[in-house]
Amino acid sequence: MNRREFLQTSGALVVSSSFSFEALSQGNPSLVPGELDSWIAVMPDGGVKAFFGKMDMGQGLDVAVAQIVADELDVGFDRVEVLMGDTATSCNQGGASGSTGVSNGARLLRKAAAEARRVLVEGASNKLGVPVSDLKVENGTVFAGDKKTTYAELVGGQHFNHKVQWNGKTGNPMDIQVQAKPKPPAEYKVVGKPLPRRDIAWKVYGTGDFVTDVRVPGMLHARVIRPPRAACKVRGVDLGSIKGIPGARVVREKDFVAVVAPKEWDAVRAAQRLKVDWHTLDGAFPPMEKLYDHIRAAKVTKRAEEVKRGDVASAFAKGGKLVEAEYEWPFQSHASMGPACAVADAKADRCTVWTGSQKPHFVRDGVAKLLGLPQDKVHAIWVAGPGSYGRNDAGDAAMDAAFLSKKLNKPIRVQGMRMDGTAWDPKAPACVHRARAALDASGKVVAYEFLSKGFSRQHIATNESDPADSLVGLATGVPPKGTLIFGVPAESYGFENKLLGWETIPPLVEEGCSPLRTSHLRDPVGPEIHFGSEQFIDELAHAAGEDPVAFRLKYLTNPRHAAVVKAAADKAGWSSLGKGKGIAFAERGGTAVAVVAEVEVNRETGRVWARKVTVAHDCGLVINPLVLRQTIEGNVVHGLSRVLFEEVRFDRNSVTSIDWASYPILEVQDTPAAIEVVLIDRPEVAPSGAGEPTIRVIPAAVANAFFDATGKRLRRAPMSPERVKAALI
Amino acid sequence: MARYRLTVDGKPVTLNAAPEMPLLYALRDDLGMNNPHFGCGLAQCGACTVHLDGEPVRACVMPVSAAAGKTVTTIKGLGTPEKPHPLQAAYVAEQVPQCGYCINGWIMTAAAILKSNPKASDAELREGLAGLKCRCGTHVSILRAIKRAQGALT
Repeated sequence: MNRREFLQTSGALVVSSSFSFEALSQGNPSLVPGELDSWIAVMPDGGVKAFFGKMDMGQGLDVAVAQIVADELDVGFDRVEVLMGDTATSCNQGGASGSTGVSNGARLLRKAAAEARRVLVEGASNKLGVPVSDLKVENGTVFAGDKKTTYAELVGGQHFNHKVQWNGKTGNPMDIQVQAKPKPPAEYKVVGKPLPRRDIAWKVYGTGDFVTDVRVPGMLHARVIRPPRAACKVRGVDLGSIKGIPGARVVREKDFVAVVAPKEWDAVRAAQRLKVDWHTLDGAFPPMEKLYDHIRAAKVTKRAEEVKRGDVASAFAKGGKLVEAEYEWPFQSHASMGPACAVADAKADRCTVWTGSQKPHFVRDGVAKLLGLPQDKVHAIWVAGPGSYGRNDAGDAAMDAAFLSKKLNKPIRVQGMRMDGTAWDPKAPACVHRARAALDASGKVVAYEFLSKGFSRQHIATNESDPADSLVGLATGVPPKGTLIFGVPAESYGFENKLLGWETIPPLVEEGCSPLRTSHLRDPVGPEIHFGSEQFIDELAHAAGEDPVAFRLKYLTNPRHAAVVKAAADKAGWSSLGKGKGIAFAERGGTAVAVVAEVEVNRETGRVWARKVTVAHDCGLVINPLVLRQTIEGNVVHGLSRVLFEEVRFDRNSVTSIDWASYPILEVQDTPAAIEVVLIDRPEVAPSGAGEPTIRVIPAAVANAFFDATGKRLRRAPMSPERVKAALI
Repeated sequence: MARYRLTVDGKPVTLNAAPEMPLLYALRDDLGMNNPHFGCGLAQCGACTVHLDGEPVRACVMPVSAAAGKTVTTIKGLGTPEKPHPLQAAYVAEQVPQCGYCINGWIMTAAAILKSNPKASDAELREGLAGLKCRCGTHVSILRAIKRAQGALT
């Protein structure tokens, strides 16, 4: 099916854009990255469509893309519409992934827009009989003295039919090369402006559609019955247990069980009442209080030493003052605002799926494999979901809906109950971090080692492109795959002898469905690792008798790293240090962030309140300071929630964090009184990401502030009232 | 099954439903409304908040029978782009939501707080908004917007 057919057959149920290729009068290039038409279209009225293959999840990325395209094309910001999340209108640039929306995503749109401008200006030159060098473009009109023409006249409603050079890659590494040279930042007029978001009004007035609001005629509501314990098998289902619920029926395939009903409440009731006889397995999980012992003792499945400088072993052997510490971080849940929802309409030879997944192109690929359809017979359409910060439960909902729709030959809407979003989402991995360093007599760090050991961050893949990475796949017997990977601190401390490495351990359940399977949650392993590494830097500063800011500045070798540390310290008034301030720093994918947290500790209740948080943020060229600040604020609060409150609880058989009472997160009482953000704009540096870098710095900043306030170290997250009280006895 | 009459966003409606069915499903499934949202089904997050005779309630646990004869207002009925509630106008001005899924809880609860206590202090606001969840961490901008709305109201 080509994109024209897709747009004709996708139906009017959810129209993700007003764009129609019917408006285009000639040609029909296929949707491949090597066609300029796959990136940019000029409409008959001169409006511009930009086809974006990454995703904005509510942080204004689409606004940034529109700003970039507007500048490169010389059209008004308001004339650029950004379309994303529909596999029929955009190439697979990887969806939302690794804060690369601007760096890997918008970069291609920038090149495509520059190339479109070049082609249009060349066309204008031919039409007007004026050399390109004598032409000027303003808001889509090309001028040469008295003569003029417009983009609309040149190509409006038509395809460019112009090739660009694709590097042959899909996802984040996708790239194109074009003849045009994008503009230097000095010529930007729209980039850099605090332009507002485009998805605010419909959310505030309740006038738009979330994925939960997609309704297809004849659809049934489904609830999937997850096992009561990890890795259980179904022995039998008592169909009589839901008798009397109108239209309710059971779908079972091996160990996958679901109920469907025409009315949603009936599906919920059926799910509550259905009796399933499970063959249960005892003791799949270690006792929760032994989790970190389990990790320490577990077999190492893979080891990597990512940074290795000097001779660490010899340096330690020489003696000196040894500083050692271990830090522990629990499993954490996405616990998205609502459990995931998806709607699928599978026919014999094709399937349409509406999903809240941040990677809709990979949903298409996964559904195609699951249903045995060619990839181009599956149409995935993203519709805003109940929040997404990584591989949450959205991928499973989409796969479940497609599977059930195919099985029942009816459109199916799957929505989880709260437990599905908290207990059964893929988890951020629990881990232990061992740090040691040696200081010589002058206090200089002469040996440094930081090793993380934990569950792989990709036991379940970061996207849903393979049924092996979905619960329905695992429940129906698809063998799991899994990748072994963790990470190391991202910094530039110039210790002469330095080792940064990691080790992964086997998943707790090797086969079947596990609520403790691990995958990517916002800044995968970033908060986990830097909670340890940036506390340890403070511990070294303390051991050396130096100020934590001065100590960092002494060893950081990257000037941009040093600059954010200075900027955060200055803004927070570090020189007039009172008690209860802590600093931490890290880099992520080219973005440098330093945070000063100021905490109040209540010794009676054990409450730690981050009263004020100051962030210095350098992500190169700032495209939109308004949406950037809001994105950083969200990172701060999410980071505080994770370090102070969040811990997935479990017993020997199952996850017992099933709702907001058993998986508490930060609420408004614990929101900082102030978040100060210093943006360091570097127009000369290509923009890097902002969706995740700040969150990795928050935990250690809070822990360091706690030490400053109390003289005690909390090396296990979360810094819950019980642990605080225990530490302060 | 029983028959219930209520008023939703200014319109009279009649429903046939099991008495114990939560109001949320009546609004979303029977009436085909997009708001409020299902977040937890346990009255723990607020995503399903509506006003029942002007008071904020959690529609996910409120039986439809308890709403009989009463007036339900959803966020869509609270204000419109043409005639926004001051909180909605402030939310737009402050660019508050990220994913936006939690929004019913915060706006509908804050609207009730401001109605009874337009000059609520920061501490009173935090107290009154306790229990509501926002997973994107937009709390700071939520508080900014409520304070902006207070400015517009007084």
